[in-house]
Amino acid sequence: MMTSSLADLSRALAERRLSSVELTQAVLERIARINPTLNAFVTIDAEHALADARAADARRAGGEAGPLNGIPIAHKDVLMTAGLRTTCGSRMLENFVAPYDAHVVAGLKRAGTVLIGKTNMDEFAMGSSNETSYFGTVKNPWNVACVPGGSSGGSAAAVAARLVPGATGTDTGGSIRQPAAFSGITGLKPTYGICSRYGLIAFASSLDQAGAFGQTAEDCALLLNAMAGHDPRDSTSLDRPAEDYTRLLRARGSPHDGAQPLAQLRIGLPNEYFGAGSDPDVAAALDTALAEFRRLGAKIVNVALPNVNLSVPVYYVIAPAEASSNLSRFDGVRYGHRAAKYDDLADMYKKSRAEGFGAEVKRRILVGTYVLSHGYYDAYYLKAQQVRRLIADDFRRAYEKCDVIMGPTAPSTAFRFGAMTGDPVQMYLNDIFTTAANLTGAPAMSIPCGFDRSGLPIGLQIQGDYFAEAQILDVAHRYQQATDWHQRSPALNAGRGTRSL
Amino acid sequence: MTISLDDVHRIAHLARIEIDGAEAEEVRAKLDAIFGLINELNAIDTAGVVPMAHAQDVALPLREDRVTETDRHRLYQGVAPAVEDGLYLVPKVIE
Repeated sequence: MMTSSLADLSRALAERRLSSVELTQAVLERIARINPTLNAFVTIDAEHALADARAADARRAGGEAGPLNGIPIAHKDVLMTAGLRTTCGSRMLENFVAPYDAHVVAGLKRAGTVLIGKTNMDEFAMGSSNETSYFGTVKNPWNVACVPGGSSGGSAAAVAARLVPGATGTDTGGSIRQPAAFSGITGLKPTYGICSRYGLIAFASSLDQAGAFGQTAEDCALLLNAMAGHDPRDSTSLDRPAEDYTRLLRARGSPHDGAQPLAQLRIGLPNEYFGAGSDPDVAAALDTALAEFRRLGAKIVNVALPNVNLSVPVYYVIAPAEASSNLSRFDGVRYGHRAAKYDDLADMYKKSRAEGFGAEVKRRILVGTYVLSHGYYDAYYLKAQQVRRLIADDFRRAYEKCDVIMGPTAPSTAFRFGAMTGDPVQMYLNDIFTTAANLTGAPAMSIPCGFDRSGLPIGLQIQGDYFAEAQILDVAHRYQQATDWHQRSPALNAGRGTRSL
Repeated sequence: MTISLDDVHRIAHLARIEIDGAEAEEVRAKLDAIFGLINELNAIDTAGVVPMAHAQDVALPLREDRVTETDRHRLYQGVAPAVEDGLYLVPKVIE
């Protein structure tokens, strides 16, 4: 039961086959057993979790329980949780207790979820491997010598290891989708503006977006229902009518009855995603997945994204530029780390920031400071914003010919610890397929579609046009109805006699 | 080479991050590699392209000009490194 999907647990709770207290106790026991190996959690709040679970069971008894009532979840430690330590994976915020809840945290609380704890992450969400966390690396549950992906690696590993049925993440350049791919789970980054950024500790404000991890598309849809919605406290939060992101998942028949549930779907394949550079096992798994989509009735069309290969250089101007501005707030005065010894105010700033930030965060602040400094703005920041427009125009034209765009989520499967830490550029190029959706602001998700020869999971990325969350969730759901990649879980789930634990 | 050691010290000062002499060369080399990637953009013709600052072309919302925040300074100052009488303490800047 513990390893069931969030949606299945929701049904079990609704049918009173299970109480939230029973489920939460089982979750906490499993975390106590497995987390010391994975390091997926930075903070665990057992006492409050059990109190939340008792309250959820009481609401259920009183007949006021929605689909997420009593479901244990974890939040990425970039999201503020009132009264609970929120570190952002940094020494800078090692002892920071958030004074209020992020909008998405409050939404999931209102929906009745049980907050188990906060998950490990790359420092200030800057990284693709979880190796920049001040609190140590997260291990990939499929092979503890490998990274779980990043920056939301703790959330991804926690869901993959079946420590929690669902978790939040944030995605600035792929930080939900790439760890979902590396960890063999489903992860959704919604359209920019769907989930308020209030209480999401800012990295790159024009790119940051909160999203969800689950075993299935249905899990992500249920979580998004509670996270989305207009919030006047974020000036970029969009004021749109509320949507039920599960609505399409319940329609039409099962593919097993011979129907072709995706008969109307046109899948765009950009040549740019299928050139040299991807691991051959990744390419082979993609081919098999596309054959399955054809069987489900979808048509494949070729589309061109001639500027998409510039996404990484554009991203590594815009994201550091915005980060250098956002992270200037960490000055050792109002919150966060303050150096113990300093000469004067300027020295206090410099030493507090030198001690509080890790090497990758400093690098990105320095890159951002450089591109925004006097005389360089037009050459770098303005130029990057212009190429950002060219990339968005490519996608706009592509969606005249297709409904969704598919390709690999990452060029390889999970790599080993230390494989790229000496070479930031090689690490950045791991974001080659994911950064475009942040630059355009359109929704995208990653779903499991196979394994490489060493048994590491492979992710398929499904991108959609603006506000097409319900559609891409539906496409993923139909695939998951016909395949079982999303049901595979790492050997540690056996609970005994596992290879790696 | 795009980034010099002087650049490293200049931007580290602008960013208010202390970098000592021993670190500076390693930082310079890594930043230089990153700018090697970024400089790929120089080859792209962007004449006349309108910069895209944001994912959605929406106007910033306006609200009525009235006080909506309550006084929460005690809560917020609870996480500050040093406060006294409701004030944030910093080293003396005026003699």
